Amino acid sequence: MDAYALLIAATLNAGTVLALASLGLLINEKAGVLNLGAEGMMLCAAVAGFATVVHTGSDLLGFAAGMGAGALLAAIFGVLVIWLGTNQYATGLALSLFGAGFSAFAGINYVQEKLPERGHFAIPGLADIPLVGPALFEHHPMVYLTVAMCGALIWFLYKSRAGLVLRAVGESPDSAHALGYPVRRIRLAAVVVGGALCGLSGAYISVVYTPLWVEGMVAGKGWIALALTTFATWRPARVLLGAYLFGGVTMLQFHLQGAGVDVPSQMLTALPYLATIVVLALISRNPAWIRVNMPASLGKPFHPGS
Amino acid sequence: MTDFSKRSVIKMVALTAVAAAALVGCGKKEEAPKAEAPAAAPAKAEPLKVAFAYVGPVGDGGWTFAHDNARKALEKEFGDKIVTSFVENVPESADAERVIRDLAGQGNKIIFGTTFGYMEPMLKVAADLKDVKFEHATGYKQAENMRTYDSRTYEGAYMAGVIAGKMTKSNTLGVVASIPIPEVIRNINSFTLGAQSVNPKVKTKVVWVNEWFNPPKETEAATSLINGGADVLMQNTDSPAVLKTAEAKGKRAFGWDSDMTAYGPKAHLGSAVINWGPSYIKSVREVLEGKWTGGTGSWWGVKEGAIDFVSVAADVPEDAKKKLDEVKAGLKDGSFVIWKGPIMGQDGKEILAKDAVADDKFLSGVNFYVKGVDGKVPSGK
Repeated sequence: MDAYALLIAATLNAGTVLALASLGLLINEKAGVLNLGAEGMMLCAAVAGFATVVHTGSDLLGFAAGMGAGALLAAIFGVLVIWLGTNQYATGLALSLFGAGFSAFAGINYVQEKLPERGHFAIPGLADIPLVGPALFEHHPMVYLTVAMCGALIWFLYKSRAGLVLRAVGESPDSAHALGYPVRRIRLAAVVVGGALCGLSGAYISVVYTPLWVEGMVAGKGWIALALTTFATWRPARVLLGAYLFGGVTMLQFHLQGAGVDVPSQMLTALPYLATIVVLALISRNPAWIRVNMPASLGKPFHPGS
Repeated sequence: MTDFSKRSVIKMVALTAVAAAALVGCGKKEEAPKAEAPAAAPAKAEPLKVAFAYVGPVGDGGWTFAHDNARKALEKEFGDKIVTSFVENVPESADAERVIRDLAGQGNKIIFGTTFGYMEPMLKVAADLKDVKFEHATGYKQAENMRTYDSRTYEGAYMAGVIAGKMTKSNTLGVVASIPIPEVIRNINSFTLGAQSVNPKVKTKVVWVNEWFNPPKETEAATSLINGGADVLMQNTDSPAVLKTAEAKGKRAFGWDSDMTAYGPKAHLGSAVINWGPSYIKSVREVLEGKWTGGTGSWWGVKEGAIDFVSVAADVPEDAKKKLDEVKAGLKDGSFVIWKGPIMGQDGKEILAKDAVADDKFLSGVNFYVKGVDGKVPSGK
């Protein structure tokens, strides 16, 4: 039974990395901007976070540096696509390539660095409950913060006035503009916040999840996070569910391999992708729902007065 | 200038800047010739141009890092007689052929390809460009101007196994494996055989990630092995993530390909390292002296100085260290052979009879687990 508790624990941890980045991208996309640069932002944030922790010894500063790096790159992306009207797909891809190369360059001197010792996290009292404790209450605070962030995002998008404005900008920028909202500034803010969350995810990978820096270490998590927003039909709760599902099936397939189950490992490796697509496709199989949830002007540039 | 055209100019400048930065970021890096070398000496013979195609980043801390260290050793050995360059992150796909052809077009006279997946692309280019010499790591196909080289990584795996067998308390070892090819399966088996030589109760659990380099996934695989009861981990992947995971969870692990002590000083039990230097130096010397011949393969191990086991942890007991030294010395003078019968398969059936020694052909086709490894080889057989 302990093995299952540990499996759940590992699932939550693996899902957190994806959920953080994916929720950030969701904010982008709800405002109508598609940023394919997630992978690049996460890599730059990973090296920024790692380097900061090496020099200061503070995880918090590391996370802040990661968020800063993500936000900065996102801001550059935002100015390019929102004010200068460059193609969102091409600019995002360029950002991804740039981030991969630049992070490798900036991180050359950190390849063999190590991070200071860190303590073990546990919630007093709750962590001592058998099975449930090790499964749910011995995590890094970021794991709980991500869940809280998802709740906050749901409230923001669907209950707050500011969230309504953000969605309006993503659905019909022309109407929002006609109502007097500064569409481009709102989009830029969404892009920057989204970039900061991607950055937080990148820093979490290099500081906590796989605490080291090697070139290209995000290894595709950014792309998976991008795909998750779509498969989750742009609903925050489903993004979180999808992230845990992907993390869970990844861990489960390793667990099955370790237990000697007779399924080809190549098949098992594909399982997380398949399972996530199937489950999310089943949840959101109603085409009307997809139309309702997909930001109508996603990926389309907006020129006021045109 | 109207507002519109001003905007499009800014846009163009900005895009060009981004594109240029991206190109610089993922482009080819050419090592500058050594500073002390004269900038232009027309009387001197042109230096031999030597190129490397790497599958991963130089900063992976493992496989590619080891190759690049050997490239640096090459420059040190031959000084201004050669110029080396490399391209990193060359995918094992059609792109590899383009990169290798490009390297030849730039005047490189000998090109090393450092991963199994370059076999077909290199063979194709070699057939077209007869005056360029090609060397392919870990492959088995050769041509008149292409030969293969490899290192007996399984010797390092066996030595790691000797330490692992002594250090495990749960008698469960874990291996994070990459791609199910004979080389990797052989390493898992050799690791297990090494452990069994000092501790017959040992069992090995294997988890395949089906990639050479994916640190988060390697972390997840290592976590799942530890959750499953393994307390000493080995990996045949290219990053230090497994060692790092063991460090975080208070378990033990090894460095692979390069010395990885720095990544997990508490968890690190020792590193099975590859030294490609002697092999590269021999090849380049042969080219310089006009003695290079294609169509052959070399497979070097401890004996030739290509494999070593280094940085053994301080808390490894003396008897284990002694055993390790015996194995190393035996491999060096040829008195000890790892793949010597009796060796049993998983089902307990004899694969190698008593005192039978496996030849290289047998070793290059290992597609089974030995007794003591859990699970099935994911070859679909």
